[in-house]
Amino acid sequence: MATLNVLILVCLGYVVLLFGVAFAADRMAAAGRGAWLRSPLIYTLSLSIYCTAWTFYGAVGNAARSGLEFVTIYLGPTLVMLSWWWGLRKLVRVGRSQRVTSIADLISSRYGKSNTLAICVTILAVLGGTPYIALQLQSITLSFSIFAEADPSGLYREGSSVFWVAAGLAMFAILFGTRNLDANERHHGVVTAIALESVVKLFALIAVGVFVVWGVAGGIGPMMARIDASEIGQWNVDAGRWTTFIFLSAAAFICLPRMFQVMVVENADEGHLRTAAWAFPLYLLLMSLFVVPIAVVGLDLLPEGSNPDLFVLTVPLSQGNDWLAMLSFIGGFSSATSMVIVTAMALSTMVSNHLVMPIWLSTQEGSGSVSGDVRNVVLVARRVSIAVIMAMGYYYYRLSGGGAALASIGLVAFAGIAQILPALVGGLFWRGATRTGALIGLTVGFVLWIYTLLLPGMDGALMPQSVLQNGPFGWGWLRPQALFGIEGMDPMVHTVMWSLSLNAFAFCAASLLSFPSPLERLQGAQFVNVFDHSVAPRGWSGSVAQSEDLMIMTQRILGAGPAQEFFQAEARAQGGRTSLPEPTPGFLERLERELSGSVGAATAHAMIGQIVGGSSVSVEDLLAVADESAQMLEYSSQLEAKSAELSRTARKLREANTKLTQISEQKDSFLSQVSHELRTPMTSIRAFSEIMRDTDGLTPEEQTRYAAIIHDEALRLTRLLDDLLDLSVLESGRVNLNMSGESLSAVLDRAVSSALAGSRSTLTVRRTRQSERIPLHTDLDRLGQVFINLISNAQKYCDAEDPVLTISAHDVGGQVVIDFADNGSGIPPEAQSMVFEKFARVGGDKAGGAGLGLAICREIMQRLGGEITYLPGQGGAAFRVRLPMAYRQAAQ
Amino acid sequence: MSESEDRKPQRARPSLFLERQSYRRRRLMDAARLLPILGAALIALPLLWPSQTSPEDGVPLSSAILYIFACWVFLIVVSLIFGFAAKRMATGDDPEAESDRWPH
Amino acid sequence: MSRKVLLIEDEPNIAEAIRFLLTREGWQVETHAEGSDAIQVIQGANPDLVILDVMLPGKSGMEILRDLRGLEGMQNLPVLMLTARGQTRDREMAENAGVSRFMTKPFSNAEVLTAVRDLHAQATRS
Repeated sequence: MATLNVLILVCLGYVVLLFGVAFAADRMAAAGRGAWLRSPLIYTLSLSIYCTAWTFYGAVGNAARSGLEFVTIYLGPTLVMLSWWWGLRKLVRVGRSQRVTSIADLISSRYGKSNTLAICVTILAVLGGTPYIALQLQSITLSFSIFAEADPSGLYREGSSVFWVAAGLAMFAILFGTRNLDANERHHGVVTAIALESVVKLFALIAVGVFVVWGVAGGIGPMMARIDASEIGQWNVDAGRWTTFIFLSAAAFICLPRMFQVMVVENADEGHLRTAAWAFPLYLLLMSLFVVPIAVVGLDLLPEGSNPDLFVLTVPLSQGNDWLAMLSFIGGFSSATSMVIVTAMALSTMVSNHLVMPIWLSTQEGSGSVSGDVRNVVLVARRVSIAVIMAMGYYYYRLSGGGAALASIGLVAFAGIAQILPALVGGLFWRGATRTGALIGLTVGFVLWIYTLLLPGMDGALMPQSVLQNGPFGWGWLRPQALFGIEGMDPMVHTVMWSLSLNAFAFCAASLLSFPSPLERLQGAQFVNVFDHSVAPRGWSGSVAQSEDLMIMTQRILGAGPAQEFFQAEARAQGGRTSLPEPTPGFLERLERELSGSVGAATAHAMIGQIVGGSSVSVEDLLAVADESAQMLEYSSQLEAKSAELSRTARKLREANTKLTQISEQKDSFLSQVSHELRTPMTSIRAFSEIMRDTDGLTPEEQTRYAAIIHDEALRLTRLLDDLLDLSVLESGRVNLNMSGESLSAVLDRAVSSALAGSRSTLTVRRTRQSERIPLHTDLDRLGQVFINLISNAQKYCDAEDPVLTISAHDVGGQVVIDFADNGSGIPPEAQSMVFEKFARVGGDKAGGAGLGLAICREIMQRLGGEITYLPGQGGAAFRVRLPMAYRQAAQ
Repeated sequence: MSESEDRKPQRARPSLFLERQSYRRRRLMDAARLLPILGAALIALPLLWPSQTSPEDGVPLSSAILYIFACWVFLIVVSLIFGFAAKRMATGDDPEAESDRWPH
Repeated sequence: MSRKVLLIEDEPNIAEAIRFLLTREGWQVETHAEGSDAIQVIQGANPDLVILDVMLPGKSGMEILRDLRGLEGMQNLPVLMLTARGQTRDREMAENAGVSRFMTKPFSNAEVLTAVRDLHAQATRS
């Protein structure tokens, strides 16, 4: 018979072995070796911390009491694993892409990083975890007591042993779980140790099972007969409990902090789920395979009244198989230790991250100075958390007296932790789920769980018996185990039914009624559409829902107005009926370009990638970046405005310089032109005057002709000088306008007669006197000068056989418009723009003048507030003179 | 048959195969989604069995155990097959080679 | 042997004055007032001397001279150029284009006659 001392030595040796394994695994992982550490097998085995000491010992006890009902606890997780493709895979993907550290972190992250929610989940998890840890303490203590009963030395005392077990486990968890400073990193050592433990407990249970079936019962056939013959030998399962427990265990499998830790946080590769999907159900099947045989044999062999929860130990002991009993003890010890380590790790992470750290940070004066010592604070916070959690478990055990059946305590914990389920599932699959909804749902479920299950389960310690029987204040419909007067239900089914259904209802209703913050909506999109984010390898692809997030993001960067404009334009271009465009690859590319104009290409890509493509940057970081860049943009847009102003000034200076250069060039060319125009008549004058002076024997005709040439050229010179002076006066703006009133018809009369006077030209002038009865008030001489110029131009340049000039006057839109059109060949298009320039002459005819006439006309019309333009497409040359209405009105 | 003629159908095969593969993948995903529902139905089935009214007409526990564990094994095997099929499709970047090994 | 001069000038009065002067010197004077077809006219007339105005309608005297010097057998044809824009830049351009003599308007009749005589003498000597 193994003594207690041997047992303690074995336990210590086992713990040392676990440490060795964990240490070696960490070393290997750090050295980059040991790919098997991240294999699907290790992952699957680590999931088996689901099977705690409760399942190791309690399943047999449960089977001995209720037959096959125990199997529900394994069937729930089996169904969850089978639905990995659309359930767990999403959870794992979200957890990895959001870098969550715990289930509280996940819930808070989903609902806009709400720490209130994180605190709620943490408290719920700690309250749900405390009885569970108490359960482990109880099972280890009970198993010790079995050996102690047989130990002749009799040194065993229950109370102190529980304390030492609790202290030892706390020590163990602290050493294991907080060896690594960073909770975000994967704990290869712990996971490997857990995997080893899962092998140990499976081996132990199967060993006992094989011993029972083949060693005691004598084979499968006799065993089956024995089962049927036993007191639990018939199918007798309550339908409500059967379905409730399957559902509850499935929910707990997802929501338990320790399960979340190994399944999501420690997950190294999403593909491992593929293996775990069949391997873990297989593990569960093997764990439950021999439960009924052990229970049946235990009921048969052991005396009436012995604790069925310990059959796994007591059956081998009763058969004198000490070593098998020792192995079984190690199996139970394994289950308890692995569960406690991981639970303590997960809970301490939650407590330190969501309870301790926010408080600690708020007590720090300058939050900006928080630096390296945060890590120490975190570490200390976690170690203290573990100690406190273990202490709570210890006191719960002392408080509950350790009398309740193991399985029922476990189920109480399950029901508590399952309250997270609506918020978790809703958060993963429903974008409309809001923080308010999650908070209210959790609170409702939590309160109902405490009221209907936890407090009544304390055997009247915290709830008076009168309340249990008559309801608070005698309100019968609020009796904790018969809410709304529905009686006769199993207390567990009653609690699960009411708490979860009201939880889910409150969650949905409050979600529908409340409005989420932008961060919540962003996170909601991240979670619900996590696969859309991470599947498309190249090119953007997205769902309509993401457009909203893109819109929010774009508004932060471009500003509300431009962002809405851009999105509406895109939506219109797509022909959609909504104001949000479909996130087609084309649209996303354009948006990226639009954003990259503001924040740079890399940032824009990262931002869109965050929303529609997978990326490890957290949304909070991203929003901070967006806000920062908005500020930077504001600053840089100020700079931009200034530099734009500078470049405008520079451009103006350049323009001014160009103008000056042009003016100077124009001046040069003007002088050159003037020189040419002056020298040409002077050349003729000089040549002919020299001829007349030096040549003897000129005929009188010759003398007359040459004198006439000299005379003509002298006149031409005079005219040129007059024109130049006139132009210079007009251009300088020093012209005095002599305003007076007369009708247009009179001005034209004078101009026509003056232009045609002394000319042998055959030009016919056609006028419509009726339309010329327009009173004018202007400088009539200057206007007349323009008319004369136009008429004499027609006279000189009209090349028609019967030259006709048509003068027509109109009143167009309050302006007097006078058109001069001849029937010649007109001015070629390329020359039309040049006719009003100085010295511009069309064709080779030099007889007319220096080419200043139309330039002068233009200047005059400008001074008179009108204009003169060439009218193309009139057959011949046509000019239009406009006079403003103001002058006409002034005359009236 | 000459060599060039031999190559023709091979060149046409990938597109046909890819279509078939993506179609199969979709149906496999459908089946994988349905599996837990099937499992739930199988597990819920014992609730229809007659409850113990007298020691004679109840269902023996051994039969119940056999039924439950048989369903369990069946679900594990199907899940195993899905797991391998999913893995093959996820990593099957050489569809031609696979098509030779898995005649369709 | 009759000496032929081709006068390309668009101002009719100036052309008449030069024609009067050179005719009395024994030159056969042909006149042309257009720039654009001046090259063909020069080739057709085959003159002993060309008097060329710079500002001509259609094509400037500078361009005519430059094109003319590029033609076969026209490199040594004496060309007297007249301009009314008395700028040194014009003189340089004309010399680069291969002008024989450059004169600014207004000129004295004696200057024109001297220039024509000199150019003709140089041409016949070579």
